[in-house]
Amino acid sequence: MEERDLRGAPLALRADSVTKSFRIPEEATHTLKERALHPLRAARYRLLTALRDVSFEVRQGEFFGIVGRNGSGKSTLLKCMAGIYAIDHGQIWRRGRLSTFIELGVGFNPDLPARDNVIMNGIMLGLSPREARARYERIIEFAELEEFQDLKLKNYSSGMHVRLAFSVAIQVDADILLIDEVLAVGDASFQQKCFDVFNDMRDAHRTIVFVTHDMSAVNRFCHRALLLEHGEIVELGQPEAVADRYLELNFERETGVPVPDLTPIAAELAAQRAADRPGAGSARVLEAWLEDDRGARLPAAAIRQGEPLALKTLVRFERAVDDPAATLVVENDEHNAMLVVTTLVEHERTGHFEPGDHCVFAFWFENVLAPGRYHPVITVSRRGGELDLLDRYQHQYSFVVTGSRATGGLVDVPFRTSYYPLPAAASTVAR
Amino acid sequence: MIELPPAAGAGGSSTSEHGPSSVPASDAEEYLSLGAPIRGPSALTDDWRRFWYLTYTIARNEFKLKFFGSALGYVWQLMRPLLLFGVLYVVFTRVVKTGGTAKHFPAILLADVVMFTFFIEATAGSVRSVVDRESLVRKIQFPRMVIPLSVVLLALFNLSLNLIVVGIFVVAAQGVSPHLSWLELPLILLFLVVFATGVSMLLSALFVRFRDVQPIWDVVGQVLFYGSPVIYPIEKVAGLHGGPFGIPWIHLYMVNPLAFAFEQFRHAIIDSGAPSAFQAIGGWPESLIPLGLVAGLFVVGFVVFNRSAPEIAEHL
Repeated sequence: MEERDLRGAPLALRADSVTKSFRIPEEATHTLKERALHPLRAARYRLLTALRDVSFEVRQGEFFGIVGRNGSGKSTLLKCMAGIYAIDHGQIWRRGRLSTFIELGVGFNPDLPARDNVIMNGIMLGLSPREARARYERIIEFAELEEFQDLKLKNYSSGMHVRLAFSVAIQVDADILLIDEVLAVGDASFQQKCFDVFNDMRDAHRTIVFVTHDMSAVNRFCHRALLLEHGEIVELGQPEAVADRYLELNFERETGVPVPDLTPIAAELAAQRAADRPGAGSARVLEAWLEDDRGARLPAAAIRQGEPLALKTLVRFERAVDDPAATLVVENDEHNAMLVVTTLVEHERTGHFEPGDHCVFAFWFENVLAPGRYHPVITVSRRGGELDLLDRYQHQYSFVVTGSRATGGLVDVPFRTSYYPLPAAASTVAR
Repeated sequence: MIELPPAAGAGGSSTSEHGPSSVPASDAEEYLSLGAPIRGPSALTDDWRRFWYLTYTIARNEFKLKFFGSALGYVWQLMRPLLLFGVLYVVFTRVVKTGGTAKHFPAILLADVVMFTFFIEATAGSVRSVVDRESLVRKIQFPRMVIPLSVVLLALFNLSLNLIVVGIFVVAAQGVSPHLSWLELPLILLFLVVFATGVSMLLSALFVRFRDVQPIWDVVGQVLFYGSPVIYPIEKVAGLHGGPFGIPWIHLYMVNPLAFAFEQFRHAIIDSGAPSAFQAIGGWPESLIPLGLVAGLFVVGFVVFNRSAPEIAEHL
């Protein structure tokens, strides 16, 4: 990682003893009626301090990481910087235009075509309508959606959706960019594209504040980073030091859910991430397991290569859901999506589920995976793409494929070879 | 008017006891160059152009959706008040003759239906508006007032188009010829818009905390419909004898800002022979009550919304 002396650069962002607490009502009154019936009952609150006395500075041109476990206050800090939450004490200053990407495609309307959505999103992010219109061509071009621009957004695949949103986001020329883990979306190739853009931005000396719990991303991009724990800064400085401290913190903590076959640190990370399932809570993936083609459960530690395999998952619905879809993405250790299996193709209408109903989704596939460890990511969504994500099951289960036929490729598909020795005269021509 | 986060210290030199312990002189200078600290979320903004762009674009997109969203598109938007008008017309001029002797009663009926539709679209439409746009509110900084205002603006788009139909009907079918008092139209509409905006701000802010605002407002909307001279002319009320504390019923009735606006519309646009709103309520001093009510509601709506704006994102 290049060393650039940023101490001389002017300040871009400065937070001074920022404190933010949320009042969590003990008994929520949601109606005027309750309020009218009990006018004198003082509302009781529990005070939850999300940020305590956080001070730091970001220089212009700096790529600044904010890391921490879930509930450590990092997203709250970002929202305070973005002006979405009001701060209780302390202040934040900034220099120049600031854009926030807590979610891609804010304000997208599925019933409108790309053009209207791009302009709406652009204005949301701080462009004027004229600027947004002028940049539309470039945005569509970057998203590689020229042929689909008249299509309503609801007819876009989720990949196209994300591409469009990301293209708008990077066309916004803010001086300071606040980025929440938007990288979590999209497939591997799209993530690569995001990383490329981030690298470009860093090289163009844009000021970027990046919230994540992906330590590799912190090491890769950030000049400096800040580690939050229970709303307080525990480490501020070199990304390597922050990443080490982060792992240390996680290691110290007692593991809640034992995850077999993982190293202690990875297990801890997995358990901690498991608590952060972003689903709307309408459905819960309770369990996942592997079976062979005769329905016998397989041990996750030794899955034989080259045999038919079923990954099954048990889902409980917490609210009424129509036509849920389940998608399995099998990732390898480098987070590349090795294969994607979805019920969307064969079972578009999966029917109606009441709260408390259970359903088993089965994903059958030929096990062509190369020997190694794999991490299934199961998402349950309502039809219509990832916007209606109900639950994501991740970092809780992994399996190991064993076999002797490792070719060195990512997958070992059945293959055959042959060869034809050519007569000497012909070989010179053929070559 | 706009709430700043508390403890707004003196510029950049932090006096807080737990701030950066010591600030070198050169840094202090640099801190000052940063200017004012970031304000939390608020109802309004200092970037009025962006405020307008957002309001307009949201309203325009919604309008587009209605316009192009279905096969018949705008026809439906137009048909709704027209169908309501048709039903009311048949019932109240053929079955129950509430129209009485009012001149051009069909024109009055149509105009009032259209204006009432505007009011309900703007107010009932904005009740849920802030909550429904939760994804925006929690994800991005923008002046929160944009949301209810864009609902009012959308209703205003529809009203403008519906008024063209009203105009054609008034002139072609009812034989009313244009006259000078038509110039009052913008004022009457302004009165209606201010009323609708005030109510919209109030309702959308209250709904965040109190979810029964919606059913309550549905009922109030019904009451307002029958409490306004839509399906009957005000002469019916003026004919009532007595009234509480010696105040004629008609004077109380005209305190309803919708009744006030509708009657003035009737007088200025359709039938100059009908009493104006000012005459009906009993004179100028009394007219200040509905006018003041609308102004007051606007202020209250604004203050309530403005006060709750910084916290909306946390309550959703």
